[in-house]
Formats: sequence, C-alpha cells, structure tokens
Amino acid sequence: MMAHSDARYRFDNFVVGSGNRLAVAASRAVAESPGSTYNPLFIYSGSGLGKTHLVGALGHLALELQPELRIIYLSLDEFVEQLHASISAGETEAFKKRYHTVDLLILDDVQFLTGQRETQSEMLRLFTALQGSGRQIVMTSDRPPSEIADVDERLLTRLAGGLIVDIGAPDYETRIAILRSKCEERGLHFRTGVIEELARVEFANVRELQGALNRLAAYQALGQQSLGAPDVRMIVGVQGTSSMTIPMPKSSGEFQSFLSDVAVAVAQHVEGWKARIGEAIAYWGGEGYRTALLERALQQSISPDVDELIAGYSASVDHLKTLEQRASSVDAALGANEVFRDPERVDEAEQLAERAMAGHTPPVGPSPAFARDAFEVGSSNEMAVRVADMVVADPGRKYNPLVLHGSSGVGKTHLANAIGNELLNLSGGAMTVSCVGAQTFIDELIEAIQEGTLERWRARYRAADALIMDDVHFIAGKERTQDELFHVFNACYDAGKQIILTSDRPPRELGDLEERLRSRFDGGLVVEIGQPDRELRGKLYARHFALRERSTTEDVLEYLADRSVTSVREIIGTVHRVCAAADVAGEAITLSFVRGELEGVSAAPAPVRTRSDERVDPFFLDDEKIVWDWPDVTARLIEEIR
Amino acid sequence: MSLVNYSTREITCKIVYYGPGRSGKTTNLHYIYGQVPEDRKGTMVSLATQTDRTLFFDFLPLDLGAISGFTTKFQLYTVPGQVYYQTTRKLVLQGADGVVFVADSQARQLDENIESFQDLHANLAEHGINAREVPLVIQYNKQDLPKDLILTVPELEDALNFRSVPHYEADALHGPGVFETLRGISELVLKRLSAGSGSDR
Repeated sequence: MMAHSDARYRFDNFVVGSGNRLAVAASRAVAESPGSTYNPLFIYSGSGLGKTHLVGALGHLALELQPELRIIYLSLDEFVEQLHASISAGETEAFKKRYHTVDLLILDDVQFLTGQRETQSEMLRLFTALQGSGRQIVMTSDRPPSEIADVDERLLTRLAGGLIVDIGAPDYETRIAILRSKCEERGLHFRTGVIEELARVEFANVRELQGALNRLAAYQALGQQSLGAPDVRMIVGVQGTSSMTIPMPKSSGEFQSFLSDVAVAVAQHVEGWKARIGEAIAYWGGEGYRTALLERALQQSISPDVDELIAGYSASVDHLKTLEQRASSVDAALGANEVFRDPERVDEAEQLAERAMAGHTPPVGPSPAFARDAFEVGSSNEMAVRVADMVVADPGRKYNPLVLHGSSGVGKTHLANAIGNELLNLSGGAMTVSCVGAQTFIDELIEAIQEGTLERWRARYRAADALIMDDVHFIAGKERTQDELFHVFNACYDAGKQIILTSDRPPRELGDLEERLRSRFDGGLVVEIGQPDRELRGKLYARHFALRERSTTEDVLEYLADRSVTSVREIIGTVHRVCAAADVAGEAITLSFVRGELEGVSAAPAPVRTRSDERVDPFFLDDEKIVWDWPDVTARLIEEIR
Repeated sequence: MSLVNYSTREITCKIVYYGPGRSGKTTNLHYIYGQVPEDRKGTMVSLATQTDRTLFFDFLPLDLGAISGFTTKFQLYTVPGQVYYQTTRKLVLQGADGVVFVADSQARQLDENIESFQDLHANLAEHGINAREVPLVIQYNKQDLPKDLILTVPELEDALNFRSVPHYEADALHGPGVFETLRGISELVLKRLSAGSGSDR
C-alpha cells in the first residue's frame, strides 16, 4: 500500500555522510519498528538534500520487514486534495476510516500546512488518533516545525513532540561518495581526478551535484576522449570558491586582487566625461578630422556639457562633409582642402564651398543702365521711391520683401534695378546682388534640371546678398519654379537678405500662385507705382529731351505734360517722335510744331515744304528706319573709286 | 610624464620606491615580480652589483591591461639607497606619480631612515614637487625580525611619519605587506585622476 514511492529510494543507495547520519539512523530505527521509537519523526532540510529519498527508503524497508504493514506515503498536497474530495463527496467517514487504520503515514513537504486551518484541524484529529493507537507518523519539511508559519499551536506541539532531525549539506567526502555511487548506478566511468574535481565544487545540494554529473556524462558521451580533471569546471560552468578550489599559487591571487583593486580605483577616479571626450577624439582623429576643439575641452578642469559638445562637434563634421561633397562636385581638387577637415573652420569651409558653387556663374547683377538718379519722382511713384531709398539704407531689415507693382512701363524694372545698383554702390561692390527676370529664372531652372546642376544653380541664388526678381507674375502656374523660388526666398529671408520683386499686379491678384508664396510676398511691403502724373510727366519730358540734347521751351513741356500717358515708355516714344520729326523738318521744337506733329494740326506752314512741296513721307519720321549718321564722305568716295 | 592620457586612453603611473640603503626596496619589487602571472610579466631591469646592491636603479614595468578602457601601465622604480648616489636618486624621482618610502625597521637604522626621508623631501623640492601633495606612503619593512632588534610601528611613526601618510608593516622578503603597500600607493595615485592635476603635467 505504498503510494507514490519510488523504488529507487532505498537505504543501500543513500550515501551516509556527516550531514545526514542522524537522520538516516532515525529513519532506519523507525522503519524497523514503526510507532515505537520516534513518533512522529520530523525530518527537515534544504531542498535537494535527500529528504524524499530518505523517507522513501524508510517506507521500503518497513514494508520489507513487515509486508503486512499498511503504509501510506503521500505529499501534504495530495493529502489535502483527498480531504477536500471526501468532504465534497460527503465521504469524510470513509476518509477518516482509511487514514485512522494506517500503520505508517508518511507525509512529504508539510511546510505547506501554512494557513490551512481546516486541514490542520483534520490532521490534528488524525494525529491524535494515530498516535493514540501507536501508529507511526513521518513527516518532512524544508524547515523546522517552529518555523512553519501560522500553524495551530496544538498541532505544532504534536509535530515537535517526537524526534526532529535535519539533513545538512554533504561534505566533500560525502559528495565524492554520492558521485561514485551515482556513477556506479549508471555505469559511468570517468578518468581519475574528475570526480574529485567535481566534488570540490561546493554545490548547495545533491540535486545540483547530480545535474553537474549528468552534464559531465553528456559531454563525455559526445566527445571522443574521456574528460580530464581540468575540463570539469569549464563544463560545469562554475568558478571555484576559495576553500574548495585547488589551491592556486598564492602569488597570482595577490596580484589578481591588486589588479581588481586598481580597476575599481580607476573606474572610480577616471572622469567619465573626459573618457567620453577621449573616445570622441580617438574616433574623429581616426577619421582625419582635427580635434583641437575637443582637446581644449579636455584641458578644462571642470566638465563641460559633454553631450552638447560632442553633438555640436559631430554636427559640424557632418556639415563639413556636406560642404566638401558639394564643393568637390564643382571642383574635385577642393575635396582635399584642409578646411573641410577642421570643424573649427566651418565658416571658411562654407565660404569656400559657396565660392566654388557660385564661382562659375555669378548671378547676374542689376543693369547699370538703370541708375537711381535717372529715376524721376512724381506723386504717382513717390511712395515707391521713398520706400526704395529706405530699403537701400537698411537692406533686409526694413521692408522685406519689397513688392513693386504697376502697369507696364511705369518704371518698376528701373526702380528695382536702381535699388540693386545703389546697394552695390553703397557696399563698394562687396555685395552680390542677383537681379533676374522671372522668365530667365524659369529658363535657368529648366536648364539646370536638364544638366543636373540644380544644386549649383540654387547655391548661386542663395549666395547672393540681395535678390531682385523682375516680372514675378510670370511664375504663375509654374509649380516647380514656385517651389524653387520658395526655397530661395526662404533662404534669403532667413539670412536677412533683401528681396525685391516686381509684378504687373499686386500679389493677391496673381492667379495660379501658391498660397505660401503669396503670403510671403504680402508679408513685406507691397507698393504700387502708378501711371505718371503731370509733374512726373513734365520732368520726364524735360529729361528725355535733354538726353537727346534738344532744347525745348517751357510751353512745349507744359503742353506735353498735360497729355495723359499710361507709361513712361510712351513718354520716351513721344520724345523720340518729336525729335525725329523736327530733324526731318529741320525745325526747332516749338509748341506749334509739336502740337502739329502730335495732333496732326498744322499751326504753321510746314517748314518742310520750303524744300519740297510734298509732305514728308511718314517713313522718314520713324527714326528706326532712317540712317541718321552716315559714314564719312571721303571713306565712301574711296569705296566708289575702286 | 602624464598620468592619464584621455586622447590615447592610457594610464601610466610611475611609482618610486625610496628609502635608505638595504631597507628592502628591491626586495619589494622582486616579490611583486614573482607574483605577476607569466603572461603579464615584463622584464625587470635590475642594475645591481655582485653583492646585490642596487647600483643604478631597478625598473619593473607592470602592464595591467585594459582597465575601464584604459591601457594601464605601472612603472615601479627603486632608487639606490646609498648616500653617494644622490644624482641617480634625483633622476629617478623625476616625474614620479607616487612615492613609497621603505623604512628599515631595525633600531640601528633609524638615523639612516630619517636622513633618507629628509633627502627625499629635498629632492622633491628640487623637482618643484610639493611634498605635501605628492602621493606618499611609508612601509615599515623587516617587521619580521626579532623584536629586540627592531623598533615598533608607533616608535617609527613618531620618528618618520610627521605628515600622517598611510603606513604599512611589511616583510618584503616573504611577502606580507608588499601588495598592501602597492595597493595603498596606487589608490592615492589614482585618486589624483579625478583631481584634474594629472592630465596636464
């Protein structure tokens, strides 16, 4: 009637050592005469030291000696389970009867009694009954009864009432004996010294020892040759502990301990931040970059913000890499430039790269033909001019961007170029002003895309200190151009560079313009240049007659100024026409002549008729169609003689 | 000579064993050399006369391998103890990161101890090293001799250790105290890593 007892658990294969001698002796005594000597017998020990083996052997021996004995061997868990089952099935009487008639009750792992009140009271009754009739109880636990928490006092006294024995960890000799016995049992053979070496390892319990032995056995079975003692620790994977290791030469130990002390001291005293900077220096130095910046930081006695320092450094290096790449794409020779290896010279590197990029084709500057002092001011454009002067005085800060709009021919281009020229003059030519028509911008972009020189093209505009774009309304509907302009615009704007745009209508009326651009255009100052007013017209006529070195009378200018025009170009056209007519007619520019010429009314007899009765063919009045300056007569003559 | 080089990730410590003649400086080094595992052993350079007196100096390089990522090297030197090797002593002391003063515990050597200790201070001063700041430990060697021949540690302390630096009893011939001394001076020296004075010397 042995339940759950393993036949392998016998006394003859239980190795007796100093740690378990008492427990074994008590168990044997109990097995030989149950119920008479130590009742109850309480065996406790740490896990894996042989409790279960011992009580199993006890049961076997008892059964061997008295085959008619009724023995129940079970763990407390199983006992509780059976108890609960009997209660729920209403068969508690049968349960009681079964246990109350047992001769030897062996309960394993009774430490689980903790807190189980119901089980405890049942056990108390059972114990009282069994002990009263002289039957044996044997219990095992991983701790002494007094340390099992929360156990009924009366049960506790009963548990402790018999003999309490413990099993200690096996000593070296016992371990050897255990290992030898296991080897014999399993037919394992090891070389001399192996078992001894394994036994030197201080395993906490026999199970671990057995596990280590299994490991050795497996290794030996796998390998061709049998294991030697030196392999043991490696295979088992333990470092020797001091007392059980083979006594190493004392020397090495002393040195090792000195070494580990030094290691601790170094770890404590090496300054982490310095070590990190050191690493960074080693790394970037190896990459060929100059590390003077970091080395200086290393000299400091207090810790800088290492993260920031290193991050900044590596950002600079990344930037240098980009610049180098860009520069060498233009000019391969620049790639090796020392500047690209020194994070402290990023500015120089930037300039070098920019020069390289912009160097080939500097952006077109403003046309010198459009001078500021040649720009006449009247009430219609006064506002625009005043703003332009302010922009010149303080470029990039006051009104950025400046958008000049107005109908065709009112002087937008002139004024925009004039601002560019003024900026150039004021800076003594140091400034780069790029002045481009929107149409040219578009064409250049297309060409750059075609040739794959987009980067360089962009850099050209970004490198300029001021950007003037004429006729910006042409970019309407051109998405890619708008994208590019957007980037260039932002780059300039962020760098505080002046942007001047001209357009034939205010930005808000530009169709097909992306909102992000429109809003940016509107974000500066939008000024209209109106059609020339009377005062301006007067000035313009006077200036343009003067330019052609014609003298006019005040009344002519008054008359002309009264005529309304839509653009400055019209005025220039009129001046040309009048001059040409006067030349053809050989007359001075008088009010009557001009009036006659422009209104088709002849105030005075046409002076031309004095030379010819016919009216002058209008063909001759168009100065573009007439050769005004013939070559020298003598030169022509020689030609004819030949 | 720099103690710690963060750029090349090296730590180099020069430790000088100083003391009167026959106090056991070389014996210290020999013992340490004997304990170094074969794979780490450098060559101990010993310039000794036939009677085993240090003529010039002993030099024992200790390569401790990589510690916290630093290639760590200790260089142990001894000076010749005899009074007339003054120049050599001064030379060896140059650039020392730490000094071990090995005192002879024998009662009759007390004067030599004191004289050598003063000599140490004089030489440090000549190198422009502030004796108060340089890492220094004292080893009272030969404490294994019969009690009637030697002075006790308190007596020696009275005579020599007016600065209250760490001190160690030792029997350099057989080992006790040797590594304790080395450990003591190493700790003092390494402590200066964080004091910031090491990197720019």
